[in-house]
Amino acid sequence: MDSTIALFLIQDGVINGAIYALLAVALVLVFAVTRVILVPQGDFVTFGGLSLAALEAGRTPGAIWLLVMLAAAAAVMDAFVAAREGDVGKAVRLLLRNLLPALLIAAAVHLLAPLRLGMAVNVLLVIAITVPIGPYLYRVAFQPLADASVLVLLIAAVGVHLALTALGLVLFGAEGYRTAPVISGSFEIGPFFVSAQSLLVLAATLILLAALALFFGRTLIGKALRASAINRRGARLVGIPTMLSGRIAFAMAAAIGVVSAVLIAPLTTLYYDSGFIIGLKGFVAAIIGGLAAYPPAVAAAMAVGLLESFSSFWASAFKEAIVFAAIVPVLLWRSLTTQHADEEE
Amino acid sequence: MSRPALLRFVVFAIIVMAVPLMPFVPSFWVTLLDFVGLASLVALGLVLLTGVGGMTSFGQAAFVGFGAYATAVLTTGWGWSPWATLPVSLIVTVGAAVLIGLVTVRLSGHYLPLGTIAWGISFYYLFGNMKSLGAYDGISSIPPLQVLGHNLLDSRSFYFVVWGFVLASILATANLLDSRIGRSIRALRSGSAAAESVGIDVWRAKLLVFVYAAFLAGLSGWLYAHFQRAVTPGVFNLTVGIEYLLMAVLGGAGHIYGAILGAGIVVVLKNFLQDVLPVLFGAGGNYDGIVFGILLIAMLQGAREGLWPVVARRIGREEPRSVVTDSRLPAREMTATGGELLAVKSVRKEFGGLVAVNDVTFEVGRGEIVGLIGPNGAGKSTTFNLVTGVLPLTGGEILFKGERIDGLSPARIAERRIARTFQHVKLAPTMSVIENVAIGAHLRGRAGMLAGILRLDRSEENQIFAEAARQIERVGLASVMHQPAGSLALGQQRLAEIARALCLDPELLLLDEPAAGLRHMEKQALAGLIRRLRDEGMSVLLVEHDMDFVMQLTDHIVVLNFGARIATGAPAVIQRDPAVIEAYLGTAA
Repeated sequence: MDSTIALFLIQDGVINGAIYALLAVALVLVFAVTRVILVPQGDFVTFGGLSLAALEAGRTPGAIWLLVMLAAAAAVMDAFVAAREGDVGKAVRLLLRNLLPALLIAAAVHLLAPLRLGMAVNVLLVIAITVPIGPYLYRVAFQPLADASVLVLLIAAVGVHLALTALGLVLFGAEGYRTAPVISGSFEIGPFFVSAQSLLVLAATLILLAALALFFGRTLIGKALRASAINRRGARLVGIPTMLSGRIAFAMAAAIGVVSAVLIAPLTTLYYDSGFIIGLKGFVAAIIGGLAAYPPAVAAAMAVGLLESFSSFWASAFKEAIVFAAIVPVLLWRSLTTQHADEEE
Repeated sequence: MSRPALLRFVVFAIIVMAVPLMPFVPSFWVTLLDFVGLASLVALGLVLLTGVGGMTSFGQAAFVGFGAYATAVLTTGWGWSPWATLPVSLIVTVGAAVLIGLVTVRLSGHYLPLGTIAWGISFYYLFGNMKSLGAYDGISSIPPLQVLGHNLLDSRSFYFVVWGFVLASILATANLLDSRIGRSIRALRSGSAAAESVGIDVWRAKLLVFVYAAFLAGLSGWLYAHFQRAVTPGVFNLTVGIEYLLMAVLGGAGHIYGAILGAGIVVVLKNFLQDVLPVLFGAGGNYDGIVFGILLIAMLQGAREGLWPVVARRIGREEPRSVVTDSRLPAREMTATGGELLAVKSVRKEFGGLVAVNDVTFEVGRGEIVGLIGPNGAGKSTTFNLVTGVLPLTGGEILFKGERIDGLSPARIAERRIARTFQHVKLAPTMSVIENVAIGAHLRGRAGMLAGILRLDRSEENQIFAEAARQIERVGLASVMHQPAGSLALGQQRLAEIARALCLDPELLLLDEPAAGLRHMEKQALAGLIRRLRDEGMSVLLVEHDMDFVMQLTDHIVVLNFGARIATGAPAVIQRDPAVIEAYLGTAA
């Protein structure tokens, strides 16, 4: 390996690492607030990326069906709870409040999709489809389990992943897609070429991480989320509703997934099941950070990106096997150095 | 197995074996049932691992893969006959399980299932990229099994082999659960602290159940390879691993027949979904994944105990186990009376900056009842945890019969005949009182896993249960012996913990608030019991807030406040000690 190849691998690793860092931050966020280990985090990336590809081709993205189905399920569940309390008016209100936004978004996307309104509008449409999927998903799958153990929530998350991936195949088909870059062109810096898109990845990651830091440090909602992460019961006692913080956390996770999708879709071909593998690598990073701290998670994400790019050079066939096997020692180290209160449950 | 359980098993076995003999059962269904049998083996292991041992694994598919690939390589590459590869397949699987398990069982909480996902995926990619194993195409033209010179090519003849193995595994698993090792595995769910306090090596118990589950998965893999006559890395797929877990959750993790029920539902449903739904919705979908994902979530939300308990309620309740009272475990003698038994010397425990136990020194003499008292947060329970090895010391030393025991694991300390109860009761709530108490006799039995599976442990088991029954009667719980421990009042649960501790045949008994939650008469009975134990030569160290109880019972009292010893002496002296009065009542103005 000469220095040119090494530099190329580093560049590749850092860019992938930046994406993993975003996903790791989303995982840490969701875990801290809801105790859900969001295995389907990567599926947000797939749904976002493939929706963008569909819009580019002037087709209606299948993801709107997922949005409508989840909204319908959430509406029925909310209305059922209200109806059991005997409050029919509330039941109808909740039914509409859940269903209407999803139907409006789906209709708008369906009408606008054939017009091919360009990159900016497409990205906005993808955000409009994918971000609400997060809170609806929380409502349908996880809110009824809010008091369950981390383990039960994890099994549920795996179930969500299984369903979403299978649904991805139905909604988007088995073909892979790559979208047009957000910005095209490339620069020559020293000995190697850097595409504008990869610089965008880095810049967007840094901005997003900084924005998240500000959000958690400076805003009331951010502080409320942090409070419910530290002590759920205490947060509830001072008037922060657990359900709301859960929905916000899932919306943010979905939003981060969409951003990652827009960044990565032009660089790699996305299939209906790619998200899981991408998400899992963010996972490795999040776990190194103990699912609790953001800066170590970001650093670890870079390390995962580099490990991946270098192992793809030395042993490309075993790249994935190496990256995932690397989680096990990290988990072991984490297990031995942290006391688990929930083990006694 | 108890007699009704055995009867149920025989009825089940007859029904299972009769199915393919009926001419009206179409071959399609027999084939489907073959797959149910294959999946049942894996699910059975998972029931033990997850439902009983408390370890959730998404990676069982990997062990199916090991079993399948081992025989595929040996039969196609080396020309071995299928039956000859069975031991090798199982050895390969068990070997892999030991290596993977050594790391995996050390993972705590939710890290463990994450770990199984991680190595599950790794093996998929590893086998998919090994050229010598046919990469993603796998290995084909594996020879079929032969029985008496006949090739088992059709699903009807293969059925008997698969279900023969399933029935044998059900029997083995039921026997294992009802044995000394099985109880140590079942004790894991009530938390490792209780298991360790009676001398169970928790890591070993976890590894045993992990390897046992892998063994069944490997067996399923070996059968699968000769039934399908081909293997691909697809058998390793995480999705397959999730389906196995779904079977366990559906059937009801923790129930043997639940595994068969769960496997049956998933296999039949999957076949239906793959055949019917694409016709309804158009081809090209993976509809079973959608349904299974939703089903898994729905089960967790609506019926976390699974479906088997619903079925079991109709079949009838488990009979209470019979106790043969005339067999006895050999009781060990107390070592010579008089002199000090336990010496706690300048023991210190710091949590970060907080000094929880501050250079505390005291002794417990042989045949003495010592009370450890002090206001809340004085460090009493922490001192207990230091003596029993639950927490490591920051400084000082602890001697038992002159031998240093600080730094030893709780299980090693239990081996030295030190038994304890817990401030927060740690019983397995779904196990009966007598089974919980029998766990206490773990160190007094020696039957291993194989002896348990083969039922060679019966006379020892009878002795253990007779001993458990005797200790239960002693603490006055004979009337509730066969009830689930979780159904008892808190005070009774504390007594059950004492019975469990007594089953260890201890020389030193540590009781953490034994009288809490007891009524006056029960307290008197407990005090009488503790005195009798002392008269038999046992030494007792107890933490208790009921001052009447402590003052009338103990020979000697140690008072802690803010982690430091502020007084020690006979009860009458302590009652008058100004420092003690100040600690409890505040300074007299």
